[in-house]
Order: sequence, then C-alpha cells, then structure tokens
Amino acid sequence: MLGRQPIGIAFVAPYAVFLAAVFAYPLGIAVYMSFYDWFFAAPGAVVDRPFVGFSNYVAVFSDPAVLRSFLNIAIFLVINVPLTVGLSLGLASALNAAIPLRTFFRVSFYVPYVTASVAVVGVWFFLFSSDGLVNEVLGDLAPDPSWLVNSTWAMPVIAVFVTWKQLGFFILLYLAALQNVPKELYESAAVDGASRLRSFWTVTVPGVRPATTLVVLLATITGANLFTEPYLLTNGGGPDGASASPVLVMYQRGIQQGQAGLAAAIGIVLVIGVLIISLINRKLLERD
Amino acid sequence: MKRTLTALLATIPLALTTVACNVDGGGGDGGDDAESAGKHGPITIWYSNNTEEVAWGKDMVAKWNGAHPDEKVTAQEIPAGKTAEEAIGASITAGTAPCLVFNTAPAAVPQFQKQGGLVPLDDFPDGAKYIEDRTGENAAQYKSPDGKYYQLPWKSNPVVIFYNKKAFAKAGVDAENPPLSTYDEFLDTARKVVKSNAAQYAIWPAPSSEFFQSWFDFYPLFAAETDGKLLVEDGKSTFAGDEGKKVTAFWQTIYKEGLAGKEKYNGDAFADGKAAMAIVGPWAIPVYKGKVEWGSAPVPTSQGKDAGEIHTFSDAKNVAMYSACKNRATAWDLMKFATSEEQDGALLEATGQMPLRTGLQDVYPDYFEKNPAYKEFADLTARTVEVPNVPNSIAIWQAVRDAYSNSVIFGKSDPDQAMQDAATKVDQLAGQS
Repeated sequence: MLGRQPIGIAFVAPYAVFLAAVFAYPLGIAVYMSFYDWFFAAPGAVVDRPFVGFSNYVAVFSDPAVLRSFLNIAIFLVINVPLTVGLSLGLASALNAAIPLRTFFRVSFYVPYVTASVAVVGVWFFLFSSDGLVNEVLGDLAPDPSWLVNSTWAMPVIAVFVTWKQLGFFILLYLAALQNVPKELYESAAVDGASRLRSFWTVTVPGVRPATTLVVLLATITGANLFTEPYLLTNGGGPDGASASPVLVMYQRGIQQGQAGLAAAIGIVLVIGVLIISLINRKLLERD
Repeated sequence: MKRTLTALLATIPLALTTVACNVDGGGGDGGDDAESAGKHGPITIWYSNNTEEVAWGKDMVAKWNGAHPDEKVTAQEIPAGKTAEEAIGASITAGTAPCLVFNTAPAAVPQFQKQGGLVPLDDFPDGAKYIEDRTGENAAQYKSPDGKYYQLPWKSNPVVIFYNKKAFAKAGVDAENPPLSTYDEFLDTARKVVKSNAAQYAIWPAPSSEFFQSWFDFYPLFAAETDGKLLVEDGKSTFAGDEGKKVTAFWQTIYKEGLAGKEKYNGDAFADGKAAMAIVGPWAIPVYKGKVEWGSAPVPTSQGKDAGEIHTFSDAKNVAMYSACKNRATAWDLMKFATSEEQDGALLEATGQMPLRTGLQDVYPDYFEKNPAYKEFADLTARTVEVPNVPNSIAIWQAVRDAYSNSVIFGKSDPDQAMQDAATKVDQLAGQS
C-alpha cells in the first residue's frame, strides 16, 4: 500500500508539509474568506463575520475599478509575454555565439533580475518622468500627460520595465535549452544553404520549444501576480486606475481598507483566470 | 487505487489540522480585559520617525523610566512600511502591537476599532474626564460612534499655505502680504508665478491616489469654505454640495492651466524650489529652515474671510492603546504623563507641532514669544476640522480621492458628477457598521 519504496515517503514528506503549509492552507483559507464578510482582526477579538455567499464575487464582477485592473493585467500580459519570449530567445542565441565580452553581456543582462525593484524603479522615474531623458529625446513626439501619468501609456511602460527586469532569468533558461540543440542540425542546415535567420527559425525555435512553453507559462503566472511595479511606479494605481493590477487592488481593499473577503474573492478569480490561460498556453505550445 | 487511498489517508490529518488552526486565534487573551486594565508592569510604545518627535519621545521615556523603575517603557519607531497605518494594522492582526502608538491617525481608528485592536479609554475611571478636560470641545470630534474614546487627542498640524518669498518677489508679487485670500486672487498670483518662471509650478500637492492625499488639497479648502464642516456629518456626505463644487472648480482650474504638477515629485517640491507654494503644517518649519525663505497665509476661500475665521484640516495624530497590551494601568498612566502640561510643552518646544489643548498661547506664553511664527498655528488649533470618525473611513477617503483624481486632476470627467457619485458611495459606506 505504501508503494515499492516506502522510504520515499519520508523523503517527500518535508516538501509535502511545506506545500501544505505555504500553498494549500492559505489557498483553502482564501476560498473560505471569500464567502464571508471577512476582515483581519486582533487575535482573541470577538468579531462578527457574517456569511455572505457569493456577494463578494458579485462585487468583483460589478466593481469598475476591479474590472479595470483585470483589463490592465491583460494589456500587460499581451505586451510582456511575447516581448519576453522574443527578446530572451534572440538575446540568448546571440549570447550563445562566441562574441567578444560574452561574459560581461551575460552578467549585465542578469543584473536587473537580481536587483530589487525598489532600487531600479528610481532609474525608470528618471527616464520616464515628464522632464526625463525619454521625453527630451522624443521632443515634440512625447505624449502629453507624460508616460507614467498617461492612462494609455502607463501600463505599457510598466510592461516594458518588467520585461527588461526579468529578461536575465529567461535568457538563462533559453541558454540552457540552446545547449541541447544538436550541432549537427545547424551543420545540415548550413549544408542545405540556409541563412542564419532561416536556420534560427527552422532549427533553433523548434529545438527550444519545451523552454518556450516554460517561459510563456512562467511569464504569464508572474505577470498576472504583478504588484511591486504598479505599487512603486504609480502609487495607488496610477492615473485613474489605469495601471492598477488585480493584486494591487487586492492589497488596497484587503489590507488598507479592511475588506479581506472581497480581496480574497479577487484573488480566487485571478487564480482561476491564470489557470485557464496557462491551460490554453500549454495546449497551444506543447507538441508531444 | 492503492496510491489514491494512501494519498487520501495522508491528506485527512492535514485537512483536520487546517480546520483546527482555522478556529480563530485560539486561547486568546480577550477575556482578561478587566484584569489587564488594572495591571502595572513594563510596556512597549511606538512613535513616528519624525526626527524631532523621536527626540521628544526618547526624553519623555527617559524621564518616566527614571521615576518608575518597575514599569519600564521600551520605545521604538513605528516599523517601516509605506504608511504607518499598514504597519500598525499588520501588528494588530499578528497580535504584536505595542501598548501605545504615538502616531495613530484618526482616520485609521474606526478600522482598528473594528478589528478589535483598540482599548476604549472609557474603561479607565478617569478616561473620558481626562480627555475632555485637556482638549475641551474639540474632543467630541474624536469620539467613536459608540460614544467611547478609542484615542487620546495628542497633536495637530493645522494646514496653511506656505509661499516662497524669493519666488514671489521674482514674479512681481508682494512677498510680505501676497494676495492669496480669495480663489481669484490665488489664481492670479499663481499665474504670475508660473508665467514669470519664478518656479515650475505655483503649487504642487501630491497628485497620486493614496487615500490620504485629499487631506492636503481638497479637504483644507473645503473646511475653510464651509466654516468647519466634516466630510461626513450625521452619516451623510457633505462634500458634493455647493461649497464642495466651488472647491473642486478651483482645483480644476489650477490643473487645467498647468499651475500644479500632475506627476508626483520625488522629494519636496517646495524645498527644492520647483513649486512656489505648499500646503503644509508647522511640522514643515524646521524642514524648510535655511532652505526656503517662507511666509505663510491661511488657505483661500471663494469670497475671502478674516484670518481669524478660517478653518482648516487638523492633520492630527493621536495616542491610542492597543488591545495586545497586558499592563494597561501603566499604559494609561504613561498616556497621562506624556500629555501632561509639562510634556505637551516639551513637545511644542521640540517639534513646533500644536498639542490639541485649549488656550495654548495662555499656557505657554514664553514659547510663543520666542517663536512668533507659530502663533498663527496655535490660533488655528481652535478651528481645525478632523476626518469623520465613521465606519469604513479609509474606503470613504479612497472613493473621494478616486473621483477627485479622475475629474479634477486628470480632467476625464465632470467634477460635479464624479463627486456626486462618490457621495452616493460614501453614504452607503458610512451607513454600514
């Protein structure tokens, strides 16, 4: 009944406990909270938290600020994920070749990933504020309320920022995958007269397909949970909620305003949404 | 089948522990309230990280510890967080709140109270009496809807307009008595400042959407215009009426004509000379010393009023006792000690912030003789307006800020309509309990 190697259970147990404590238990509590008028209270305090059924979920789908945040994260994902995949694969291929200063480039692409957002955000403020470098270069083409306070451009700017910041990690994933593409395929492509670009499309891209699936899934999941950048770059959701992400709204409602039940409902809806998108991604990308 | 069975058997104890842990708190100390109210012993307190307040706090604690070796007070600054309220709210939930926090925002009190995190000071036999004796009529603004005091009024920073004398002189405006009392005068002065390039903007209140930002643009002018109305009175919002409309129209003009920045400035725009005016309280005096030659004027009203009649926002911070406190008798004694006439005077000397007491200029005449710049603030403390003590107050302020930001700052909708919609929402939120 315990399988052929019962000792395996002992080895797996610590991780199972970790999973249960850090993922399963809070998820269970979140589902529980979303059906009540829940709020955080002092330990031992006697407070009234009535059961409210689905009314938190109704509130999620009827609150324009919350719906706007889901739209914002969709915009974010549409920009971030393809850009991440394209740029990281391209850069990984370039860094795989024997170019001069290769190690320097690899390190410099990785550094933003390990730097705290709080530290890096200052640079982006400098670049994108109304008298920042980008606007000076663009001159008259600069958008009128400047980037971060412009409701059309705020989310795309954040998407570009996050893409740049995470690039190092995904380049690493692709670099590893590229090592597994057999050299013979490139040689035979060259023999058949394929140009560099052509062999990239027909040898590299299919060759790293498992990594692409992983990159898309990871980028989608971490992107959907975006909090730090809207919180830091646009303080409280930007011009009129145009750069609020669902997790930021959860934070505002749950922690600042004490409506933890509503925040839990937003979280559960987000989890279901991400699961659906990930399933679709997998179906589209996996080819075994 | 076997593997599924094993998995199920393994999950059941986990599930049971989950359910058991879910029973809230477990063995809480809530039942010992009556006991704790009488206990003496060591306590911890938190204060803000304002440099001058920290200095005052350390001094006050040292004096107390010298006189009460058995009731030692350990003091520290509020743990870092984007806002103090988040740090305090988290500590209440975790059960690690200190006995006293000398920086409790009145707007957060309804929420902390709802969380069961605060001790009603009426529990102490001289609780209500001490508060009313020290603070007088204004104490009523700090009562909770259930009639009890969950906070001890401590200090306020009545908000006025500071202006940069050099910038005004450059713009050709009288730097000693600038025309700032009516909306029209204020707008004219602002236009002159920006046109002459004396500063990038005439004034630069933070345009971001945090729930408390309205306290430094909309609310002070609303208080002045309405002679002291609160945002919500008797459970109904007041800000969508005629006076509120005048205030939003004023700010809308400022943003439309580019007289204020729409992006948050990283730093202090007034200290850095980017804005010629600021809306601040006396806490700013030591900050701007040596950086800006400043003058001050009351906030403007639509028709202009006598300085002695103008109301403003109090920006008060109070002291509250938190339910995680075990030695409440000591905490109460410390509260009284820290807000005694002597300690209030020390606070005044150290920080320039106004203790929320009656007759400040009579009680501390020497201080005001030495520092005449602070006289107007002492005078203003009698005419400050507080945030309304109603349920869901943070959500209420967020709703107001969102409507204001959308319509007034970014011009995306009609302010009158936006504020009316916000008022409907606020009425609903204030009515919940």
